[in-house]
Amino acid sequence: MIDLTFVEHNGEHHRVSAKQGTNLMQVAVDNAIPGIDADCGGSCACGTCHVRVSQQWLDKVGAPSESEALMLEMTPEHDARSRLACQVTIQPEMSGMIVDIPEFQM
Amino acid sequence: MTSQTSQENNMLPDPYSVPLESINLSDPNLYSQNRWEDYFRRVRDEDPVHYLKESPFGPFWSVTRFEDIVAVDTNHVDFSSEPWIMIGDPDPTLPLENFISMDPPKHDDQRAAVQSVVAPRNLAAMEDLIRERIATILDKLPVNESFDWVSNVSIELTSQMLATIFDFPYEDRHKLVYWSEMATGAPELSGGTALPEERFAALQDMVTTFAGLWEQKSASRKAGNPVGFDLISLLESNEDTRDMITRPAEFMGNLGLLIVGGNDTTRHSISGSVLAMDRFPEEFEKLCANPKLIPSMVSEIIRWQTPLSHMRRVANCDIELGGKLIKKGDKVVMWYISGNRDDRVIDNPNQVIIDRAKARHHLSFGFGIHRCMGNRLGEMQLRITWEEILKRFDKIEVLEEPERVRSNFVSGYTSMQVKLRPKSR
Repeated sequence: MIDLTFVEHNGEHHRVSAKQGTNLMQVAVDNAIPGIDADCGGSCACGTCHVRVSQQWLDKVGAPSESEALMLEMTPEHDARSRLACQVTIQPEMSGMIVDIPEFQM
Repeated sequence: MTSQTSQENNMLPDPYSVPLESINLSDPNLYSQNRWEDYFRRVRDEDPVHYLKESPFGPFWSVTRFEDIVAVDTNHVDFSSEPWIMIGDPDPTLPLENFISMDPPKHDDQRAAVQSVVAPRNLAAMEDLIRERIATILDKLPVNESFDWVSNVSIELTSQMLATIFDFPYEDRHKLVYWSEMATGAPELSGGTALPEERFAALQDMVTTFAGLWEQKSASRKAGNPVGFDLISLLESNEDTRDMITRPAEFMGNLGLLIVGGNDTTRHSISGSVLAMDRFPEEFEKLCANPKLIPSMVSEIIRWQTPLSHMRRVANCDIELGGKLIKKGDKVVMWYISGNRDDRVIDNPNQVIIDRAKARHHLSFGFGIHRCMGNRLGEMQLRITWEEILKRFDKIEVLEEPERVRSNFVSGYTSMQVKLRPKSR
């Protein structure tokens, strides 16, 4: 299992364990983490599982695909750390990763 | 898009009694007569990617299942939104262009210029104002007597919101409603009933009025005043959209888009929510017992109502979908109203279930890069409306079958007679 921490906008930390190969959105939903809506269910089609990956983990997560980047542009709150959680596949090297949840999903 | 006319109200046949290949899902009578459910059920089950050779809107494909709709909606490379996203094309004498009917990259710049107005952060700042206005409307309603919910509440409320986000003169807000109805109500676009001369005059008036507002915002900005936080100020001040006013088709098209997007959708969902709570009284009891269900109920209503029935695409290449070969250039209509009733994805889809699991997983906002920009504003208006209704009333009784809009694009109500029972103390 791979340890991850979600940080809500209000600062609350949620430590969870995830299986390799699942996606970050599913981990959040399975653990009832507040602030992830995931309206489309993981199709990279709604933008409501927007998260920000902590700087030091960015290279482990990699850059968004073209279609993911287009969806991210639809929220005015996106920045260089933004990813759609449904498009991040959990890998062993992500153990310990910290993920920030934005105040709002659009 | 005014109320249905009696001479066109011939009863439609049983959908299972007609040849499958002849079923025409673009017939506006299906919607004004509320017969669409059965027709779509047959097509979803027997011919989910359905081709119709001839119709008033030309030949077109109907995509009717949830998953197929998601596949088309998220594939903007093979399915273009140009030149127009309604089943019918605009009259060439009144050309219209807008960003929902554009592919990347032009779409991206124009949308980006306006989307922050309806971003959740800004909505939070508007919540008190919205609540105050809704409360004022509800407090003025008669109790224990019949009145029309559509004109007295749904239209009033959404037009006030529109005036707010456009910074449009408040006393003229009913013009926005009229223009919105005229924008989508053309027979050639949606099977509506707007007369060409009247529609042309209305849209010209809309453009002239907004051009005046635009000039006003421009002068104010050039005089050194801070840029206002409304849709026109943002378009006027953004480098990517500043010259839109010099392109009449684009100016008119985008205004129409923003007005229709902010008006018809929320209006009909508000009316639909009242109808749903009357038709499913056990759900209303659930809601009264637990008002924390309001956000989930709002998503469920938006699914059940599906205020925009469809969006249209054009295939950019030959492409297979559901075992059918769609040819390059073919018109492809995604029927959100059908996908939202697809029991392959949604259990008991014809039932309103306010505490449904995954209530947000519906098609009404679309998926992909054209996903509804104002979804959070719409949800917020519905949420506050119901929070305020529950404080005041024990029951909203729908007294008779509502009258429905004659359109294959806007799914909603032209009138709904109701009676309010005030809250017992």
